[in-house]
Amino acid sequence: MMQTQVKKRPKFLDLREIRLPLPGIVSILHRISGGGLFLFLPFLIYLFDLSLTSPETFATYQAIVGHWFVKLILLGLLWAYLHHFCAGIRFLLLDLHKGVELEPARQSARVVLMVSLALTVILGVWLW
Amino acid sequence: MVKRLVVGAHYGIKDWLIQRITAAYMALYTVIFAFAALTLPAMTHEHWQALFSGRLMQLLTFLFFASLCYHAWIGVRDIWMDYIKPLGIRIALHVATALLLIGYLAWVARVLWRL
Repeated sequence: MMQTQVKKRPKFLDLREIRLPLPGIVSILHRISGGGLFLFLPFLIYLFDLSLTSPETFATYQAIVGHWFVKLILLGLLWAYLHHFCAGIRFLLLDLHKGVELEPARQSARVVLMVSLALTVILGVWLW
Repeated sequence: MVKRLVVGAHYGIKDWLIQRITAAYMALYTVIFAFAALTLPAMTHEHWQALFSGRLMQLLTFLFFASLCYHAWIGVRDIWMDYIKPLGIRIALHVATALLLIGYLAWVARVLWRL
């Protein structure tokens, strides 16, 4: 029978005190954006359904996405998608052992945050 | 009966791989879709519907949503496993997530192939 050893390790999980490094921020935002996209998936499929079914439902779709509050939600989801997309590409490259050293990893984390925000602004302004 | 710590059911590596394959396909589809949508002559129902009426686009789009659902299943399941400790609640959330995603995929299939 296997013996399991329980090591006493110091725990430090005070979220107000932890200073998350940039790659850590990208990582947790990857999870948050993914979870957010999952929660809003039925709403997005509903819009997709409306937009395709008939000219009448297309008009309904346009009325819904024309509302400023809905636009704000969609803007948030656009950011979530773009962040998840960019961070995902970064993770794929890390899997291939590209940029795993500390400095390149910090750099790429910064690039992910900036590119996804910039694309959100560009596409957001253009689509609004 | 030998009591031991189960350290893995060996689905980890398969999930890891599927998570990346579905991600790569979704990234590819995103670029194709963005290009197709941005080059539409006008954002009217007629043009929008025409985009999704082609058999190839329907297949690619369905594959996108199928990838999305599998990808989301792995990701959301991992979130539940990390934060939800009571087994009953966790299993209930797993079941709800799986059923929802299967339902979403069926919904998308109906939308696409009714065109």
